[in-house]
Amino acid sequence: MTAVLQIVFDALSLGSLYALGALGIALIFGVMRLVNFAHGDFIAFCVFAMLWPSTDAAAIVFAGQLPSYLLIPLLLLIGATLSVLSELIVFRRFRNTNPATMMIASFALGFVIRHLLLMLYSSRPKSVTLWPSLGLPVEFLGAHIPMLQVVTIIITLIVLAALVLFLKRTRYGLEMRAAAENFTMARMLGVRANGVILLAFAISGMLAAAIGLILATNSGTTDIGMGANVMLIAFIATVIGGLGSIPGAVAAGFLIGAASVVFQATLPHDARVFRDAFVYGAVIIVLLVRPQGLFTPKSAKQRV
Amino acid sequence: MSQRPSVIRQTILTPIVLIAALLVMAALTYCFGSRAFNRTAVEMFINIMIVVGLYVFVGNSGLLSFGHISFMCLGAYMTAWLTIPPVMKSITLKGLPVWLLHAQLPMWIATPISGFFAALIALIIGRIIMRLSGIAASIATFGLLGVVNNIYSNWDSVTGGQGSIVGIPPTMNVWTGWIGAAVAIVIAYLYAISRSGLALRATRDEAVAASASGIDIVRERLIAFVVSAFIIGLAGALYAHFLSIVNPGAFYLRTTFVTLSMLVVGGMYSLSGAVAGVVAMSVLIELFRNLEKGVGLGSHTIALPNGVQEIAIGIITIVILMYLPTGLTRNLEFRWRGWPLQRRLRRPAQTALKELN
Repeated sequence: MTAVLQIVFDALSLGSLYALGALGIALIFGVMRLVNFAHGDFIAFCVFAMLWPSTDAAAIVFAGQLPSYLLIPLLLLIGATLSVLSELIVFRRFRNTNPATMMIASFALGFVIRHLLLMLYSSRPKSVTLWPSLGLPVEFLGAHIPMLQVVTIIITLIVLAALVLFLKRTRYGLEMRAAAENFTMARMLGVRANGVILLAFAISGMLAAAIGLILATNSGTTDIGMGANVMLIAFIATVIGGLGSIPGAVAAGFLIGAASVVFQATLPHDARVFRDAFVYGAVIIVLLVRPQGLFTPKSAKQRV
Repeated sequence: MSQRPSVIRQTILTPIVLIAALLVMAALTYCFGSRAFNRTAVEMFINIMIVVGLYVFVGNSGLLSFGHISFMCLGAYMTAWLTIPPVMKSITLKGLPVWLLHAQLPMWIATPISGFFAALIALIIGRIIMRLSGIAASIATFGLLGVVNNIYSNWDSVTGGQGSIVGIPPTMNVWTGWIGAAVAIVIAYLYAISRSGLALRATRDEAVAASASGIDIVRERLIAFVVSAFIIGLAGALYAHFLSIVNPGAFYLRTTFVTLSMLVVGGMYSLSGAVAGVVAMSVLIELFRNLEKGVGLGSHTIALPNGVQEIAIGIITIVILMYLPTGLTRNLEFRWRGWPLQRRLRRPAQTALKELN
């Protein structure tokens, strides 16, 4: 029973991370059909923003020292700013180009950000301690669950609830959903294209910052590649969930997280190292069964 | 006598011009280049093979593939298994089957075998993946990349795991690199003018109309997938002979994106674009590599700080795509002016609208 509970919590917390990532990619894809490969580097940027730029081995913690009620808004702001700037400087000029071109442009942007970070901070992993008390386990129905897992799940649920409220109850949320459904039509009905796209980028950047905070707290180190893995899975999750479908992206994020944890727990020991192969294999099978994704938005139906 | 010149006469110039241009580069490198520059040139030729292989699938089908670098991995390891001396294999790669453990073939036999091996795997996996279309197919190829990388990085007894396999005979020079690139270009050209290539391009431009005209989309895609896997398998084998070591990390995301960027920067729907993209990016990389090393200006040397190379290349890629979204060649092929095929039809307005949404 406790083992099962442990697996459930592992799956939920890993799934939360993937779901937050998938959300950040799905929001932007919805409004401008851009698969943002720079998202992983946005995450890394937010993590590194807590440190003072230096190539020394010892990390000089800068923003990371701030009390949490200042640190969290500051990082969210950094994430949002970076994301909005990338829209203004780069992606704005790629509207209506071939999706492959946009994808490669976003990858090139991520490449630039990553190497900028490498230049400023060097490739050494650095330790950054945030809220060490979160690493302690709490007892829950006999299972020892790290506090951080519980916090991650709660934060994700709060973010999801806030986003649902925003999308369903506010004027801007309505505009964003309309733009995701049919961008041309939404513009004709008075939705401002630039406004909606900027908003989507800002929210996506904040989600990247949230993932960065969780990752940094979890591992206690900063590493240049830490966002890339989440981004990859998140990217796959948005497709499995049905491109353009926001609930689908979240559900698929949780699903992939759960699949990884369950494969990890149930595969025989020798096959455990091949867990990722099983996960990717499962992804291919899901796509074969449902090529349009698990949740298909109406706008994605192909018309002739 | 037909009025129009045949397809071959209309298009043969493209591969000839490309191969001749590469021959000039190879000759100049061989005569004047330093040892390091020779290696850069070989790397460029191998990249040309990879990107031309990608073009065979991506350019003709219009589907973006993230999985082709896994065929490079398959080819490289195959040639490693075939060419490393048995004495070394019996120490590091104990899990190999006996016949493979005792095999030692020369490079010119092992390389085609590696290509066919990659093509065979592509045939098996492609039968599954090619049923998908659009972004789902791209993600499925991504899955393929993940599966292959995960297996090759963890199957220690056969692939040496995360570490490198050493001892592959280093038999590459500029000329073998040039031959490889020329073979890739010829295969890609022959595929592009073949019946299947034409049919596949029709499905790329108007899938519904092509399918209504009796084209079996899945079959044509599968053919292109296998042909491109063969080319990239060859490239992987030559890459192994170039570095003389292989490790799975070399065949993963970074290579995938770098080669895709080269293809898109050059122009993803044309063979000339594939080659031009690699040449342009290689020149840029070499240029900035030298700038980082330092340039003598009178008595001073000015050197860019380390890391500027990658940043500059990323920015240049973005700027090129900003102003030339269809790539350096704008998806055209090198041809004499005034030839009939050079004037491309404009894309129909409806397709443009469809892309908007």
